[in-house]
Order: sequence, then structure tokens, then C-alpha cells
Amino acid sequence: MDLTAPQTKPASLHRDRTDHPAHARGWRAYAAPSRAYALAGKLARLFQLSALLFGVLGLYVGLVLAPTDHQQGEAYRIIFIHVPAAWLSMVIYVVMAGWAIIGWVLNTRLSSMMARALAPTGALYTALALWTGALWGRPTWGAWWVWDARLTSELILLFLYIGFMALQAATDDPRRGDKAGAMLALVGVINVPIIYFSVTWWNTLHQGASISFKAAPTMATPMLLGLLLCTLGLWSHAAATALTRLRRIVLEREAGAQWLQQLPEVRT
Amino acid sequence: MITILIALVKRDLKLAARRPVEVLTTLFFFAMVGALFPLAVGADKELLRRMAPAILWVGALLSAMLSMNRLFVADFMDGTLEQLLLSPCPPSLLIAAKVLSHWLVAGLPLVLLAPIISIQFGLAPEALPRITLSLVLGTWAFSLLGAIGAALTLGLRGGGLLIAALVLPLYLPALIFGAAAANAANAFDATPHLQLLASLVAACLALSPWATSAALKLSLD
Amino acid sequence: MTLQTQQLSCARAGTVLFDMLDLMVRPGEALKVSGPNGAGKSSLLRILCGLTEPTSGHVRWQGRAIHRQPDLLHRAVFYFGHHSALKDDLTAIENLRMATLLSGRPCSSEQARQALTALGLGEFKHTMVGHLSQGQRRRVSLARLALTPQPRLLILDEPFNALDQPALAQLTSLLRQHLFEGAVLVYTTHQDMPLDGLLHHEVCLARTCPATVTNALASPAWVVRPMGIAA
Repeated sequence: MDLTAPQTKPASLHRDRTDHPAHARGWRAYAAPSRAYALAGKLARLFQLSALLFGVLGLYVGLVLAPTDHQQGEAYRIIFIHVPAAWLSMVIYVVMAGWAIIGWVLNTRLSSMMARALAPTGALYTALALWTGALWGRPTWGAWWVWDARLTSELILLFLYIGFMALQAATDDPRRGDKAGAMLALVGVINVPIIYFSVTWWNTLHQGASISFKAAPTMATPMLLGLLLCTLGLWSHAAATALTRLRRIVLEREAGAQWLQQLPEVRT
Repeated sequence: MITILIALVKRDLKLAARRPVEVLTTLFFFAMVGALFPLAVGADKELLRRMAPAILWVGALLSAMLSMNRLFVADFMDGTLEQLLLSPCPPSLLIAAKVLSHWLVAGLPLVLLAPIISIQFGLAPEALPRITLSLVLGTWAFSLLGAIGAALTLGLRGGGLLIAALVLPLYLPALIFGAAAANAANAFDATPHLQLLASLVAACLALSPWATSAALKLSLD
Repeated sequence: MTLQTQQLSCARAGTVLFDMLDLMVRPGEALKVSGPNGAGKSSLLRILCGLTEPTSGHVRWQGRAIHRQPDLLHRAVFYFGHHSALKDDLTAIENLRMATLLSGRPCSSEQARQALTALGLGEFKHTMVGHLSQGQRRRVSLARLALTPQPRLLILDEPFNALDQPALAQLTSLLRQHLFEGAVLVYTTHQDMPLDGLLHHEVCLARTCPATVTNALASPAWVVRPMGIAA
């Protein structure tokens, strides 16, 4: 047996099954960071364009075309931002938790990186929903903040995001941070319905706070259209931001890899 | 197996008895919350009586959050935590035993002190059983959920504050149900809240030890 | 009662510590893991007792993968790591009894007393461990080796550190006794402590190793060769 000549070793020994894109079929090839980096770049540009397009259209429809609400006047128009932001904040949390758990269970780095990329975007939308909720509340109900079930749940959702980001920021070892975040997100996702239920329960106990931010049951078509367009716009923006952030995370985490050294933006 | 778990609880109680300052800190904090509110609110007896259940509950929640840090840290620092994970006993059971001993040291004293503070706030004696029961269930939930946070943050910088950021959203349903039970006008009204709280605790009892052991294995890696 | 690894690899913070390691240690055999500081000896030992996940590969105890049947390993293992795993606020004898109870093999007070005496700590049995010196604490921890029934798999990370001559002799004789009765021993040390008369392997985790020793980084698929002990 030859005991001499040590061979050179690859910088990263983390052998998840995604390290060899040539061997993977179809969409699975994109689980390799090198392929995903390129795809994310293309998709991000696409989503930036669609965000601009839908955003402008949606705002036009919402601010100009949709009629004035006979109860709430012009102030109701904030729902074109508030409702999509609130909805997105919840969807992003679930998607983020999903990616984190996939990264933990299947031991794929890229899935965990996607979760990390989504978190700040989700937190931003939660904050946006809270802020626009306050802006809506002021002219409509006379108060900057009301403790209704939805707003309170949004506030708690913000804490969930912050906890996730704080835990990953405090962990030096990236894989431990990935897995710890996944566990926290799993516990969070299970708790979200419980939290929402308990907050609704709490809200109905205190009859005074029966203010609700539900939009009027029958909405004029332009309002619905505006809402849909703004939702698509915000969703595209979220996707574009998250994919751009994913690319930055890939650059940081995969710093030693050969394919990365050869990228034009790294060589300069 | 049971002998191992009982021995573990006895060991932790013995250790807490030999170093009582940690127990007393939690108790002191809880007592302080109860003492500071009247000073800040003023001598309005009616207002204090109405606020009392909420003050007790928030005090219990904050004390629990502060005490969670000590659940695993001492064993982690001297290496006994690793030996626990190398035991043939399943880790979830060992963790349940540790959470039990933590509750006996950090949660039970609060439950015992609560009636005294309630009387200070002028609550009627008939309210005491439901307040005490809600606190027993609530502190169980806090200990079980806090264990997950303590395990995830083991060895990280940020310590107690990081645990607080992680477990606060998880504590909120317990706070809502428990405070509602404590605030209820009579035992009949309190029952549905207590039932919800009890089912929450049952779910935590089933799921939390498993989640905590997964988090511990990750932290000790 | 064999300890076996298959294609075991470990990478920490971007550095490969060892790759494709195949080991087999049979009952009565000892494996010495050598290498400079930071080479990954402690990581290897922790992977062998299941505390750390390897980057890839398997560890088998009695033919079963340890991540599938951890309790089989846990019933047999005695791990001695960097920490003494003692509670400062318990006495030596309380610590010993607690440790044996937790590992599923409780001992009586009398047996614990005898074990402490075997390592020269008889007079300290009722002393708080917090008041003992570093060497004395390590000896309390190692006193478990003097208790029956013996553990079958001994994983010791630098057990000979901070021990004086008499303690070294006591420990060596204890280990020899265990090996004679069929235990598997894996250990690391900076000192030259031959455990002679027994089948003794060595694996080296370093870029350059003496040619007589298996180099864990040199090539894939290594089987540890048994070596005689140089006198």
C-alpha cells in the first residue's frame, strides 16, 4: 500500500449531492450553486422588469382609475399597498420556512441560502404592512394603532422574522446557522396558526376592538384589478430582491470554489 | 430508565440547593415586578385589582425568559451535557427531566409566590385557584418552549437576549389564554381558557423534548 | 464488539481534516490517533462516539451504523473528552455514582470508593470537585474505568495529560486490564505511552507522517495495518 504522496484535496468537502451539476437531471441541476447563481441573475432581471411594469400599472389603476370609496374617502387607497404587503409577508414566511426545512432535511446548502435570502425581504414587507396599517388607521379610525387581530399578528410575525435573522447572525458556523434557523422556522410555522387563533380569540374577548381591516365585501372591479396588479408588482419585487440577495450570499459562502473564481465580477 | 430520570432530577435539585442564588434571583425579579407596579400606577386600588392577573402573568413570563438561559449552560460548560447525550436513555426523556427540574427551581416558586402578591393587590380569594392553575400550566409551557430556545442558542453570543427574541412569539398564545383565564370573572368563565392552555401544554409536552434534543445535537456538533 | 469506520470524512471551516478513512479496531486492540494540534484528532474521536456528525461516511459498532442504532453504542461507550464532565458542586463520590448511573451501569457507594482509591483519590471522596486540582479532577473522571462491569468501547481524548507518574502507572494498568478483557480502545496523546504486549494501531492526521504510520490524508480507502510496538 502506498503511504506517500498526499493528493490535493478540494477546498470544500461538503459533499451534498448537488455538487456535480453535470450528473443531475433537469431542474435538479440548478441545485448546484454555480448553476443557480447564473439562473438567479437572469430571473432577478426579469422580475425587476415585471415589478416595475406591474407596479406602475397597479398604482395607476389604484390611485387614478379606482373610484373614491364612499365611506372612507381617498384614504382607503393605502390598501393597495397594505393588503399585498401583509399577504406577502405571510407567504414569504411559509416559503422561507419551507426552503430552510428542505435545506436541513436534504442537507442542500442552496436551499438554506435561499431561506436566508428571503428573510430580510419578508421582514421588510411585514414592517411595510404594519406601517401602512397605521397610516390607514389614522384617518379612518382616528388612531395610529389599533390592537386588532390582524395587525397584532403582523407584529408577532415581525418578531418571528427578527428571531430567525438574529439566530443566524449570531451563529458563526454557516451550516449550524442554516440548521438552527430551519428548526426555528419549523417551530414558527407550526405556531403561526396557533398564534393567529389565539390573537383572534383575544381580540373577540375585548369587544371594544372590533375594528377590522378587512376590505369592503363587494369591491368595484377597478379596485380588484388594482389590488391584483399591485400584488403581482410587489411579489415580483420580492422575488427580484431575494434572488439578488441569494447571489450575494452564494458569492460569500462559496468563496473558495473554482467556478466562482472564474466569474468576471470576481476576477476584476 | 426511570431511575436515571429521577436521579437526574434529584441531581439538579441538589445542585440548585447548593447554589441557591440563581433560584432566588428569579423569585426576586418576580416579586419586584409585583412591587413596582403599584409604585408606578399609584394607589388606585380598583385599578390595581383589575390589573393584578395581567401583572402576575407578565411577571411570570419575563422571569421565565430570564431564567431559560441557565437550563443547559452549566452542563454545557463542564461537559456533563455531552455525557447526558451519550447515555442509553433517550435524549427526549432526559431533556424532559431537565425541564422538570428547571421548572421546580424557577417556575414553582413563582406559582407559590403568586397568591401572596394577589392578596397584596386585593384580589378576592375565590380567584386564587384559577389564577394559580393558570400560572402552573403557563409556567410549564414557558419552560418547555424556552428549552427549545435555550438549546438553539447554546454557546452563541447574545445569550439571554437572543433566547428572548426567539421564544417571545412562542410564549404569546400561552400568555393570551392564561391571562384570559386569570382575568375571568368566575371559574365557569375561566374554564374554556384553561382548557385551551392545557391542550397547548400537552402539545408542548409531546413535541418540545424532541425539538430540543434535535437542537442540542446541532449545538454540540 | 468491533469498531469500524467506512469512508469517514470530516471538514471543518473549509479545511479537510481527514478523508475516506477506513478503520477497523477489534476487541483487545488499541488505536492511537496522532497528529499536531488542530489536525482533527478530537473531531475524529467525537465522530466515533456519535457526538459529531461526519461530513460523509459511517461509523459501525458491532456491525450496526451508530446513527441508526445509537443506544447500542451508548450502552458500551466511555468517552473522556477535554472537559472532565464533573459537577463542581458535587463531591467526587457523588459525581462518580451519578456518571455511572447515567451511563446505565450504576455502582454502589463501596464500589465508587474502591474506584477512587484505585486512582489514588481515596481521601478526597467527600471533597467537592470544585476544590480539587485539574489533575485530580481528571483522575475522578477516569475512575469510572475502575468500575465493573467495564465499558466495552473506550474513547479517550488525551487521558494522560496533567497526570503525575503514579497516576500514569495506575491508568496504564487499568487500560491494559480492559484491553485484556476485550475492550476496544481509541485514544490520543502527545506523550509516548506504549501499551505494550497488545495489538496496537496508529493513524496519523497530518500532512506528513512517519512512513510506518497510516496517513489518513494520503489516499482514499485506508485500512489500518496492525503494527508491533517498538520496545
